[in-house]
Amino acid sequence: MELFIQQVINGLAIGGIYALVALGYTMVYGVLKLINFAHGDLFTIGAYLGMTVFVSFGLGGIVPIWIAIPLVALMVMGLVAVLGGLLERAAYRPLRNASRLSAVVSAVGASIFFQNAIILLWGANYYVYPEAMRPSVIIDLFGMGVPLIRFILIGASILLMLVLYWFIHRTKTGTAIRAAAIDQGAAKLMGINVNRIISLVFLIGPGLGGVAGLMVGLAYGQIDFSMGFSYGLKAFTAAILGGIGNIPGAMIGGLILGLVETLGAAYLTIAWKDAISFFVLILILIIRPTGILGERVADKL
Amino acid sequence: MINPNSPSTANSPSTASTAKKICSSATYGSSKMPLYNYILIALVLVMSVLPQFMDAYWVAVFVSVGLGTLLSLSLNIILGQAGIFSMGHAAFYAVGAYVTAILNTRYGIPILYLLPISGFASAFFAMIVARPIIHLRGDYLLMVTIGIVEIVRIALVNDIGGLTGGANGLFGISRPEIFDIKIKKGEQFYYMIWSFVGVTVILFHWLNCSRFGRALSCIKEDDVAAEGCGINVTRYKLLAFMIGAFWAGMAGTLFAAKMTIISPGSFTFWDSVLLFAAVILGGGSQAGVILGAFLVFGLPEIFRSFAGARMLVFGLALMVMMIIRPQGIIPPRPRHYKLSKASQNKVDYALSQIQDSKDAQPTCSVHGKGEENL
Repeated sequence: MELFIQQVINGLAIGGIYALVALGYTMVYGVLKLINFAHGDLFTIGAYLGMTVFVSFGLGGIVPIWIAIPLVALMVMGLVAVLGGLLERAAYRPLRNASRLSAVVSAVGASIFFQNAIILLWGANYYVYPEAMRPSVIIDLFGMGVPLIRFILIGASILLMLVLYWFIHRTKTGTAIRAAAIDQGAAKLMGINVNRIISLVFLIGPGLGGVAGLMVGLAYGQIDFSMGFSYGLKAFTAAILGGIGNIPGAMIGGLILGLVETLGAAYLTIAWKDAISFFVLILILIIRPTGILGERVADKL
Repeated sequence: MINPNSPSTANSPSTASTAKKICSSATYGSSKMPLYNYILIALVLVMSVLPQFMDAYWVAVFVSVGLGTLLSLSLNIILGQAGIFSMGHAAFYAVGAYVTAILNTRYGIPILYLLPISGFASAFFAMIVARPIIHLRGDYLLMVTIGIVEIVRIALVNDIGGLTGGANGLFGISRPEIFDIKIKKGEQFYYMIWSFVGVTVILFHWLNCSRFGRALSCIKEDDVAAEGCGINVTRYKLLAFMIGAFWAGMAGTLFAAKMTIISPGSFTFWDSVLLFAAVILGGGSQAGVILGAFLVFGLPEIFRSFAGARMLVFGLALMVMMIIRPQGIIPPRPRHYKLSKASQNKVDYALSQIQDSKDAQPTCSVHGKGEENL
C-alpha cells in the first residue's frame, strides 16, 4: 500500500508535467491542425534556461528559495514564450496555406535547429541542477518519506492548468481562441483577429512547456539536450489520449498517462516503461479514436 | 478524378501495354526524346563512374545515401502515393535487418536468399500492425506509427525471446556473395545498392502506372470518392503499406550486410522522421524523392565544414526549403492519357467544325490528349 501511494504521487507529479507539455501541443493543434514537433525542444530549452537564469543572476544568494523559484519560473515562461512566438513567425506562418505535411517537415527542421542550438550553447553533456535550487525537504506522510518537491510540482501544475482553464473558458480572449479552433473562417467574420490568436497560442503553449522543463529539472535534477524528444512524444500521446484539441482533455490525459506509466513500471515491468504509453495510445485509438473527452467530429465528405 | 475502371483505359484492347507506353513515353506531344530522359541517362552514367573519382569516405557517404534513397522510395508508396501519414518506416526497416541478422548468424543462410525472406517478414509484420489502425485518419495514424516505431525499438532493446541481443544488438553478419564474388569493399556496396535503387525506380514506376498506382492516387486525393468509385480503400491502403514494408525490409537486409553489426540505435523514431522529411521535401515524384534523400542524408556531410553547427544549418535549411517550395522540390506530374485513335479523330473533327463555324480558338488546348489532373 505504501508503495502504491508513493507511486501514485510520483505518477501525478510526472503526469502534471506531461499535462503542461500536452497543453502546448493540443492548443496549437486545436487552432492550426499542426503537430508542433519543436515543442519538445522548447520544453528542453525551458529546463536549460531555468538553470542558467538561476545561476547567472545568483538568485539563490539574494532572495529566499521560495521566492527565487517562482521568479525563475516566470522568467523562463516569458523567455520560452517569446521563442515560441518567433518560431511561429519564422517557420509556420509562411506555410499557413501550404499542405499540412510541409508544415510538419518545417517543424522537424525547427526541432533539429533547436536541439543543435542547445548543444552549441550548453554542450552535449548532462547537466545537473544546482543543489541550491532543489532543497531536499522530505515530508512525512503516514510514515512514508516523500520529497516535498513532488507535492509542489503537483500543486503548481494543477494551479497553472486551472488558470489556463479559467482563461480559456471565462475571458473574452479565451473565447476567441476556442472560436478560432472551431472554425477560423467564421471566427474571422465575427471580427476575431485570427493571426493574433495563433500568435497568442504560440506564446501560451511554449510558455507552459518551458515551465514544465524547469519542473523536470527541479524534480529529477538532471537534464540533457535530447530529453525533449521522449517527454514531447509522451505529452503528445497524452494530448491524443484526452482528445486532441481539447484543453481539459490534455490535462486529464497527462495525469492518466503519468499514473498508468508509473504504476505499470512499478507493478508490471520496468524494462517496458517507455513502451507503456504507446500501448495505451494504440489501444485508445482502436477503441475510442477521438480520445477520452474528444467529441466525434463529422468526417470530411 | 480518375477512376481506375474508367472506360478510357479499361476498354482498349491492350490496356496494360498502352498504359505503360503512355506513362513512359513523351507526354508533351513531341516525338523527340524528352529532356527528362536525357537527364536520366546522364545521371545513370555519372553514378556509374562516380566511385572512381571519390575517396573511401565519400563512397561510404554515397552508400548510406543509397540506402536512404531506397527507404525513401519505399516510404513514397505509402506516404507520397497513397497519402497515408506514416512516420513508422524505421520499424519495417528494423524488422528486415533483424530477420536477416538472426537467420544469418544462427542458421548461416546466405544474405541474398534472405533478401526476399526479410522482405516478406517485413510485409507480414506491416500487415499485422497496420490492419487494426488502417482506418484511422491523418494525424492519428501518424501518432500510432510513431508509437509502433518506439515499441519495436524498445522490444529490440529488451531482447525479446533472447533473439535480438538487447541494446548491444547482433554482430557477425556475413557479407553477401554474388557469383562467388564476396561484396565487402565500399565500392562494391556502392554498385550493389545503387543498382538495387535503379531496379526499384523502374519497378515502382511501373507500379505507379498500373491500376494499383492509379487507385492509390485516387485514394490520396479523396478516399471517400475513391470508395464511391468502387476502390476497396482498406485493401489498397494495406497493400501500399505491405509493399512499402517489403522494400524497407530488403533495405534492412542490405544495411545489415553492409554494417555486419546492427543495434536498436539504428532504427529510432528519428530515422523515420528523416525519411518522412525526404519524401515530403522531394514532393512525392520518384525523381523528387531521390533528390530529397540526397538532401536529407547527404546535405549534413556537405555542411561538414560548419563543424559543430552543421546540424543547426541543416535544420535551418530544411525550414527554408519547405518555406520556399511547400509542395516539395519535384511534385508528381499530372497523369496524361492519350485518347484512342478513333476518338482522337472525332476530337479533331469536332475541333475543326468549331473553328469553321465560329472561327474561334479551340477551347481545348491539349491537342489529342485528354488531360486529367490528379
